[in-house]
Amino acid sequence: MVKIGVLSIQGAVSEHIDLLKRCGAVAVPVKKLSDLEGLKGLILPGGESTTIGGLMEKYGLTEAVRARARAGMPVFGTCAGMVLLAREILDGAREQPRLALMDVKVRRNAFGRQRESFEAPVQIKGFDTPVEGVFIRAPLIEEAGPAVEVLASLDEGIVAARQGSLLAVSFHPELTDDLRLHCYFLEMCK
Amino acid sequence: MKEQGTFRVKKGMAQMQKGGVIMDVTTPEQAKIAEEAGAVAVMALERVPADIRAAGGVARMADPEVILRIMEAVTIPVMAKVRIGHFAEAQVLEELGVDYIDESEVLTPADEQFHINKHQFKVPFVCGARDLGEALRRIAEGAAMIRTKGEPGTGNVVEAVRHIRIVNEQIRQTVHTPDDELPALAKKMAVPLELLREVKKQGRLPVVNFAAGGIATPADAALMMQLGCDGIFVGSGIFKSADPAKRARAIVQATLHYDDPAVVARVSRGLGEAMPGLEISSLTAADRMQERGN
Repeated sequence: MVKIGVLSIQGAVSEHIDLLKRCGAVAVPVKKLSDLEGLKGLILPGGESTTIGGLMEKYGLTEAVRARARAGMPVFGTCAGMVLLAREILDGAREQPRLALMDVKVRRNAFGRQRESFEAPVQIKGFDTPVEGVFIRAPLIEEAGPAVEVLASLDEGIVAARQGSLLAVSFHPELTDDLRLHCYFLEMCK
Repeated sequence: MKEQGTFRVKKGMAQMQKGGVIMDVTTPEQAKIAEEAGAVAVMALERVPADIRAAGGVARMADPEVILRIMEAVTIPVMAKVRIGHFAEAQVLEELGVDYIDESEVLTPADEQFHINKHQFKVPFVCGARDLGEALRRIAEGAAMIRTKGEPGTGNVVEAVRHIRIVNEQIRQTVHTPDDELPALAKKMAVPLELLREVKKQGRLPVVNFAAGGIATPADAALMMQLGCDGIFVGSGIFKSADPAKRARAIVQATLHYDDPAVVARVSRGLGEAMPGLEISSLTAADRMQERGN
């Protein structure tokens, strides 16, 4: 079975682990450098990107994850995870630590504050029917480089994208019972 | 096609805070210190609970000016408190765009009989609880997140420990109660049967449950996390201590590595003086905030 890690600094960790297990993967939380051993892929969950980015840096995870991702390990970022993957962050806290792996400009809290958080169906390229999009103080991709494939958009902009072995979505598939995006990522890891 | 303020969006917001520390702040400068230390959110207040306790009188929702200045200062979510039952204060906070409302016993209750009908708001609510019954009653009213009440502003963790232990024990009891006895248990706890069934199915509260009310040190945070809390509120503990920035960073790291005593030991070194604590038995009944609301 494929072993996938879920970065476990803070946020919706157990939700991702549950969905990965239901897809048939071995899912483990990643808190320390040694937890990265033997992983075929890594999920960066929803949470607070400033908190997660800062603590990744403090415990040497930023460099280690970046190196593995550059060597081909697939990474899937949801919400805060998308922010951490972005080359450039708009409206972020000053000099926010991040992985900067994906050639995208991401705006944090692009839809507004929690009051404006919402659910909406999202049509992912290649999926038969839309997924349930749960957007919580969600980010948005405002600009994507030529290597980035857009997988889904709403009126406001891009909400799902892939660049080679990197996958990012603005919303929270881990808060639904829809396994399709997790299974899609699992295929990328095989 | 967009649907705002669904329960999943409200409860989901709290799920994104799991494993994190939410800090009480009274100024934009403090909010920035909290954000830089790694807080997942700040609670905007005019006074921290220890000062509310010292000042006496009626404690109300903070001045919107204070809250708005804090909202402008940071990019992380901002919470604020309203008095128990004061739905007009909650309407004001929703209008301001506060990300989460704490219907809190730290403030003087506005209604001794009814809590706010929290289903009517798009903004999620967190409420305090001392036992499973209280937690489920708040969830029935629409709370999307629960925290222990503890005893706010004391720097004494004993009440928060008592409350999480009681909740845990009652969850175990619920899990082991046969289905045909659940209605009687629901009646005894004065909670909806549906929610009790959900607790039995999940083996935990159906929403995120944080620790609050007396956490002052990194070891306090590690203790509450090991007792099963999903995250930590620190009220007076940080900005009433000798070195707030250092203590804030230490509590964040102890919350992350709560099961690694080597990390908790390292971050606990040389923090300077913690906030002065209060012995619970020295409080009169009227001074015990946890008994407000039930």
